[in-house]
Amino acid sequence: MPLSCSILSAGYGGEEVVHGVTLQMRPGSLYGLLGPNGSGKTTLLKSLARLHHPISGSVKLGSRSLYSGMGEREAARIIAYVPQEENLAFPLTVREVVALGRTPWQGRFGWLGRRDGHAVESAMEEMDLRQVADAPFDAISGGERKRTIIARALAQEARILLLDEPTAHLDVSHALSLWALLGRLSRRGRTVAVASHEMWHLARFCKRLYLMDMGHLALSGTPSQVLGNSACGRAFGVKIALVRRGHSITPIIN
Amino acid sequence: MKISGRNVAAFCGLLVALLIAGLLELLTGSANVPIRDAVLCLLGRGNEAAGMARQIVLEVRLPRAMTGACVGALLALSGVLLQGFLRNPLAEPYLLGVSSGAGLAVTVAMILGVPAFIAGIYTVPLFAFAGALGALVSVYMLAQFRGRLMVTTLILAGVVVSAFLSAIIMLLASMSTARFYEVFSWLMGHLQPVSMGAVVWVGIWTVLGLLASWMQSRDLNALMLGEEEAVSLGVRVEPFKRTLFLLASLMTGAAVAVSGLIGFVGLVAPHTARLLVGSNHRRLIPASALAGATLLLVADVVSRIAIAPAELPVGVVTALVGGPFFLVLLLRHSRSLTGRPR
Repeated sequence: MPLSCSILSAGYGGEEVVHGVTLQMRPGSLYGLLGPNGSGKTTLLKSLARLHHPISGSVKLGSRSLYSGMGEREAARIIAYVPQEENLAFPLTVREVVALGRTPWQGRFGWLGRRDGHAVESAMEEMDLRQVADAPFDAISGGERKRTIIARALAQEARILLLDEPTAHLDVSHALSLWALLGRLSRRGRTVAVASHEMWHLARFCKRLYLMDMGHLALSGTPSQVLGNSACGRAFGVKIALVRRGHSITPIIN
Repeated sequence: MKISGRNVAAFCGLLVALLIAGLLELLTGSANVPIRDAVLCLLGRGNEAAGMARQIVLEVRLPRAMTGACVGALLALSGVLLQGFLRNPLAEPYLLGVSSGAGLAVTVAMILGVPAFIAGIYTVPLFAFAGALGALVSVYMLAQFRGRLMVTTLILAGVVVSAFLSAIIMLLASMSTARFYEVFSWLMGHLQPVSMGAVVWVGIWTVLGLLASWMQSRDLNALMLGEEEAVSLGVRVEPFKRTLFLLASLMTGAAVAVSGLIGFVGLVAPHTARLLVGSNHRRLIPASALAGATLLLVADVVSRIAIAPAELPVGVVTALVGGPFFLVLLLRHSRSLTGRPR
């Protein structure tokens, strides 16, 4: 089922930061959301994740309205959201944080069944967290924390994954393997959307890019259409040149 | 998550500690009852015990021990719920004015001379519930900001409401010289001798409170990450918070009705439990109840031997321990409480 929004406006306390955005994301594709700081990426992503009630416009999953037609629990089984950063009020181990991803599938007492345990272990495996599984979440490195939060979203086993700058704090190798994993997940039929600044990765891994500029959806299209458009460079205040090699493109920033 | 040996050991330790504290409570008092006689009484062989031991143990000290355990558990449960949903290690029933609200309502009833039983219904808890809920609603409304409940504002509002209500309690108590001592000793918190009926009542309430709190484990865990994350994990945050507020105030009301204002158990017990079994509420909630029960019994024993043959209000003992504990927590968490990321 495609996740879509139509003339969506959203903001905080009456101040609109996303203006009339219309887009659609389909299963099986990896989408990239780029734009300068403060361009409304996070707000848009949260609105799509059923976390931020829009001021006007609609967000739909298939033909169902996400906000008026669906409860929190049902939405959480379908959409997983990875925030930019996270703070724990009380200490938990890495495994316990990942296990929180099972919340929408658990009973009230929070017991983990065999299926839950399996989802948690394979998410940790996927995110290379076995070594730190029993370490306190507060005591691990920034990159490991990031991977823990992503593993939590994977353990949620949602069909739609929305990630806000998931590769910030990650070293080159972990960032690359995360992008590769997101590509695999989308090819297996999930809808994956990533807000990111990393044009190189966006160009290489995403099927479609959306450029946000000052709260408006300025451009959408394939990576070469979006990154090759001079409006993209203007939004960031830089010049972007594309190096084409076969089917792949590499953005060079001047 | 597997059941680890460490957690089993922690729960066994907590149970043993509670049993020892309970036994100490049975042995403490002006009359000297040997440990052998106390155990015989518990095993239903009180006839073999010497003299008055059977009456003293079964009719005076056992109800007191059971009440103490229940009140301690209720306060601890209330504390762990408030800490969990406010995401604040310093929260407890006092801080939010819930205890003072219950206290004020009961004080008014005392001064007006409302009988403890009307048509067979124990009235004190009804007043305590009403007061706790009243304080809760005031704090809740004071802290609302643009339709949302802000965590920091909530605590400030709680502190203000609590101070205000305490002042009214003292004002009323001072105006009513006839009942000043009664109100005053109740305000300091004490486990007075209670009837078996009251013990059964508070026992049922404790079991129900424990179960209802335990059922919130999953959502409390999700809330540890923050409200937005909890929503993204499927928690209906606003109704959930109202449920927790209600539960915490009902349990505080029950505890206040039975034993007056006893502070800091709701703070010390959950943190002790957290050290033993971690922060996962599935384990933390039952562990806090056990720790709270044990702590209050130990405090009661101390209150009875510290200045024997006289007796201290148990609230004095818990405050003497809890005050420094609060300061240590404050220092340890000052960085995270100012809102900067750790």
